Amino acid sequence: MELTSSKEPGLQIVTVQEQRIDASVALAFKDRMRQITEEGTEPVLLDLNHVQFIDSSGLGAIVAAMKNLGPDRRLILAGLTTTVEKVFRLTRMDSVFGVFSTVEEALAEMRA
Amino acid sequence: MAEQHNFHPFSIAIAESQDAVRDGIAQAMLRLAPLGLPRDAASSVELVLAEALNNTIEHALPRVTRKTQIEIRGDYKTGVLHLTIIDQGKPMPNGAVPTGPAPKLDVDMPNIPEGGFGWYMIHSLARKIEYMRVGNTNHLNLHFDIKP
Repeated sequence: MELTSSKEPGLQIVTVQEQRIDASVALAFKDRMRQITEEGTEPVLLDLNHVQFIDSSGLGAIVAAMKNLGPDRRLILAGLTTTVEKVFRLTRMDSVFGVFSTVEEALAEMRA
Repeated sequence: MAEQHNFHPFSIAIAESQDAVRDGIAQAMLRLAPLGLPRDAASSVELVLAEALNNTIEHALPRVTRKTQIEIRGDYKTGVLHLTIIDQGKPMPNGAVPTGPAPKLDVDMPNIPEGGFGWYMIHSLARKIEYMRVGNTNHLNLHFDIKP
């Protein structure tokens, strides 16, 4: 499960460098998210633009990652592809997260 | 959909592991390709397959110690895609498909569910779901309307 991290002022951007977040990688995703975010305190923007498919296990892993950040550190999502967006909409999980179409849009919103 | 006559009913056997599920889904989607499914229908089929196969691995098979396989069958007739998942695991609780209520999200953050969306997604995306216990096997029939 390859995740990469970059910094913007006041924001950590974590990019999922995989095509699928499914049951076979959900645990690895949770572990890797914990590692990659444990140093910082800024809100985290999860960039999903490379992810073509997510199942309910992957969705649960993103929820777990949000909880792991704690109540004072937001997890925001950007770059949802068609199928990923469908899963969030179907389960209404899009109402739980801030969802932006692109990283740029999320950054503009956060600076506004 | 001129390509449909290139579609042939198929049967795929996969091992009972999550890696094998990923591979089985990829194989099934490849066999369905001649149907030229619209993108929305294709993603529904792929999601339902993933959820149904994950349920099999997590719930039907954990206590089955002998090595078994899961079979995915696909057939298409007059606008309806039929997928059947057959496993040799334990039967569904109460001999029926779980209902799968919508996830409960009007709760505090620590209580937002991290799972239990699988059956909800299957019920939302498949047009019809049938379950049969046949001998020592579970048959889950999934129907999808395919509009040209």
